[in-house]
Amino acid sequence: MFLRKAYRQHPAFRLGLRDMAGVAPGIAAWGLMTGVAMAKSGMGFSECLLMALIVFAGSAQLAAMPLFAAEAPMWVILATSFCVNLRFLVFSAHLRQYMMMLPRAERMLSGFLTADLSYVQFIRRFPQGPESDRDLLMEQQAYLAANGGLNWATWVLSNLFGVLFASWIPQHWGLGFAGMLGLMGVGLSLLSGQQHLGHLIRLIAAIAAGAVAVLAVSLPLKLNIVAAIMAAVALCLLIEPRLSHPSNQHSQLRGH
Amino acid sequence: MAFIWDWWQLETIWNHLTIILMAFITMFTRSFFFIPDREIRWPSWASRGLQFAPIAAVSAVIVPEIIMTNGVLISTLKDARIYGALAGLAYFVIRRGKGQVVMGTMLFGMAVFLPLRLGLGW
Repeated sequence: MFLRKAYRQHPAFRLGLRDMAGVAPGIAAWGLMTGVAMAKSGMGFSECLLMALIVFAGSAQLAAMPLFAAEAPMWVILATSFCVNLRFLVFSAHLRQYMMMLPRAERMLSGFLTADLSYVQFIRRFPQGPESDRDLLMEQQAYLAANGGLNWATWVLSNLFGVLFASWIPQHWGLGFAGMLGLMGVGLSLLSGQQHLGHLIRLIAAIAAGAVAVLAVSLPLKLNIVAAIMAAVALCLLIEPRLSHPSNQHSQLRGH
Repeated sequence: MAFIWDWWQLETIWNHLTIILMAFITMFTRSFFFIPDREIRWPSWASRGLQFAPIAAVSAVIVPEIIMTNGVLISTLKDARIYGALAGLAYFVIRRGKGQVVMGTMLFGMAVFLPLRLGLGW
């Protein structure tokens, strides 16, 4: 991880920091407002501090705070956290090919630090896994360590700040919206960036996922997010062959 | 010293234990498929489909946050989020996605959002 000097000295480390720095103000605003919401939810002060320090999962924290306030049983809180985090199972399936050359403990620490934005930015920078290329593995891990480490530090500090200074920051200011705008910027970069997937299919994935997330919003535990990912992926798998056929033929024609 | 183990303290310790387990759930879910060492053979449709997961996940998270309030679609145009999001989108399109465009999208969007929210209460 970022504890390794070799990662910190790699040029990709700076790149990872720079990419995350672009969204860090949005993460900070979102973390700040999550901290404020925790402090005002009726959770105890020590619980708020501990949660801000170690949990590092915004949507799971938001989902858990009313349950703590209502003195829900432990298994209900943990099951809720797990369900809200289900999307990370999809991300970890995708990231596995990048990770398996590392020892298990390092893989799990990397996984802990790789939240939504790090996953998205990492995949955008590195659409392909390292296979058996040690240099590429090093470059990718240096990038991920910097990116995830800065995401973690930004989140924990802003979250703690929100818990400590909750009474100074009115929730109706809606500062948390900055986090959504930052995420929107990342989504737009994903749509427009040069990748080996076509632009049209990426736009279809975005529209389908947004529509399903809205239609399924009444599902409990933020399961609408998981349903939206599944539906968009299934739709794209169905229509991708039809979309890619003409361009394949085109490139074959050019080849002749 | 009797106060140390009264029911309130026990409940606090129980809550702390729950929060520690939540941190383990964060790690467990984010590294779920990193844990087994043996090779996993994915069907080819699964590895193709995973490429659509990032954009789908981002869209699924932000679209409801921008166009819904408490699980209902926005029914008024007097909502600062609409204009904040449109301003961010406009910035991104004008800059054609070059440079620190994510930061710009956010700052430009907030520059439109905050006056509407704080000044007009939208």
